[in-house]
Amino acid sequence: MTQQQTGPDRGEPILRLRGIGKQFGAVTALEDIELDVHSGEVVALVGDNGAGKSTLVKVLAGVHQPTSGTIEYLGKPVTLDTPGKALEMGIATVFQDLALCENLDVVANLFLGHEISPWRMDEVQMEVRAWTLLKELAARIPSVREPIASLSGGQRQTVAIARSLLLDPKIIMLDEPTAALGVAQTAEVLNLIERVRDRGHGVILISHNMEDVRAVADRVVVLRLGKNNGVFTAETSHQDLVAAITGASENSVSRRAARQLEPVSENQ
Amino acid sequence: MTQETQSTPQLDRADTRLRHDAGLSGALRGFTDRVRSGDLGMLPVVVGLLLISVVFSTLNPIFLAPNNLVNLLFDAAAVGFISLGVVCVLLLGEIDLSIGSMSGLASAITGVLWINMGIPLPATILAVLLSGAVVGLVYGFLRNRFEMPSFVATLAGLLALLGMQLYILGPTGSINMPFTSALVRFGQIMIMPAWLSYLVAVIPGALMVIGGIRTNQRRTAANLSSSGMSVTVVKAASLTAALVLAVFYLEQGRGVPWMFGVFVLFVMMLDYALTRTQWGRSMFAVGGNAEAARRSGINVQRIRLSAFVVCSTLAALGGVFAAARLASASQQAGTGDVNLNAIAAAVIGGTSLFGGRGSAWSALLGVLVIMAISNGLTLLNLSSSLRYMITGAVLAIAVIVDSLARRSRASHGRA
Ligand SMILES: Nc1ncnc2c1ncn2[C@@H]1O[C@H](COP(=O)(O)OP(=O)(O)O)[C@@H](O)[C@H]1O
Ligand SMILES: [Mg+2]
Repeated sequence: MTQQQTGPDRGEPILRLRGIGKQFGAVTALEDIELDVHSGEVVALVGDNGAGKSTLVKVLAGVHQPTSGTIEYLGKPVTLDTPGKALEMGIATVFQDLALCENLDVVANLFLGHEISPWRMDEVQMEVRAWTLLKELAARIPSVREPIASLSGGQRQTVAIARSLLLDPKIIMLDEPTAALGVAQTAEVLNLIERVRDRGHGVILISHNMEDVRAVADRVVVLRLGKNNGVFTAETSHQDLVAAITGASENSVSRRAARQLEPVSENQ
Repeated sequence: MTQETQSTPQLDRADTRLRHDAGLSGALRGFTDRVRSGDLGMLPVVVGLLLISVVFSTLNPIFLAPNNLVNLLFDAAAVGFISLGVVCVLLLGEIDLSIGSMSGLASAITGVLWINMGIPLPATILAVLLSGAVVGLVYGFLRNRFEMPSFVATLAGLLALLGMQLYILGPTGSINMPFTSALVRFGQIMIMPAWLSYLVAVIPGALMVIGGIRTNQRRTAANLSSSGMSVTVVKAASLTAALVLAVFYLEQGRGVPWMFGVFVLFVMMLDYALTRTQWGRSMFAVGGNAEAARRSGINVQRIRLSAFVVCSTLAALGGVFAAARLASASQQAGTGDVNLNAIAAAVIGGTSLFGGRGSAWSALLGVLVIMAISNGLTLLNLSSSLRYMITGAVLAIAVIVDSLARRSRASHGRA
């Protein structure tokens, strides 16, 4: 069922993971993971809850250290031992738990760790840049001078996404970025993902929404119980994807679908 | 103030749901909103100071006599330095319980190096500051490397540093410093010239206006809303009036102590560092959400280390000033209520024990409250036993206010 495609329009490989494993004590969160991301490509990472998607993202963001395996970035083997290093190299992340400082305002959060002129912070320039970034996402944020604590879940998610764009990264990882977003904002985020891809950057998108995944992903990488479980294209049928995610063609989703059909056939 | 007349909406005024507080009434409305939601800022401490003045001056009119206030400022400077350091660790949600011992050790080192061994004063002070920095490095290391809660590490430090203080003072237990020396004169009699005091009193207001004009120009140039100068001017004018009046009043007595002037200078420097530099922003971030700060690329361990180093170094400097004030280094230096006073001052001034909220000014205002209480009670001839109890109660009240305000902020979505 694995159909590794090599389209002619795919760019240089940015990121190449080989045999990545991660143990949390007795729990094996990731085992022998292979993943390639090319420039100008959107890779969707899907899998059930607890499949290890967030863990993989955190390994690439320098938050967790892998227990085994190698990471190649732009053709060179690298160790991502701190989040700061990953950011510097051009790997930006929107974490599932957002990781914002609630006591600071929107501008401070956007520029955290990368303030303009560190010895005499340029608040005006930072605020202008903040509005520009937020506009790009069609954000509905009344004031960037209010603490994050006063924002709604969706607004916070927008801030987190805007922050990942700040440093003009080579690759962006978005861990369930649209989970708290409304319809219009979700569309904006999908547009944004396409814009980032068209600029020649790589995107890793984690989402449970298969419609969104199909809309933007060039490839769909399935994780199951911490292992690779196939690579698909957006054209793959829903059933096959669900089968790969849940691990069987006979699963709770297909059973549910069948159950809903049953009464209809009985009546006839 | 005239946004409506502009054709293109300003960058930050596109959302119509936001009420735009313009002008004086707007500023007032914003202030009451903030206070209601639990963002109390400096309000409790100002109210506290007014209350204290009224109560003590009715009980004993000497309390408000110019020279008594001058003495109060002399006393406040030493504890103020220690409190300023405490603000740094509190911002991270950490604590340093050994600041009293550190200041005591610092005064002991001053006595031994300067008086007993005859080392020049500047070199002595440098050595004292270095010893403070080393102690801070140790705390930071314990916190970073072993994840030892600062509460425990500094409690151990409290005892260890006190032991060191007693050890280096030796059996005599006390070293007197000559009254003619520069250090002791600095700690007891040196007063700023009147013209300088007045000059210093108008500088903050002037900076406020100049800064306000420049910020407004830049904001307008960048198509951002500007708050209008009326608020800034009124604020600056009332601040200047208050400061000039204070200086005028103190000049009826001896004048403004140099020691206090130096303390205020340090407060302003720390305030700049906390509000205008990347380091300061990182301090607030680590105090608010350390994991988020780490994921933003901030070196959390280095920030923690810096906070402990600043705290211990300022405590050491406070110890030198305390020795200057008392003209001696003794076994009692830094014991008793020094620890509690310094921490209480920071909290009373509005720096949260929970991390992520506070300001350098809280050390200044808080230490004035604490010292006013202590001074007033002394004037009433109350024993130190009662003074301790009352100061303890004041700290408890300050912490309760802090907790309640925090809860209220949480329910109003203001972190
Ligand atoms: N910090 C951690 N400590 C221990 N176990 C963890 C940690 N983070 C994740 N795990 C475990 O790793 C597995 C994968 O989790 P995660 O990557 O969050 O899954 P998801 O695919 O839903 O994002 C889960 O079994 C989880 O319990
Ligand atoms: Mg997850």
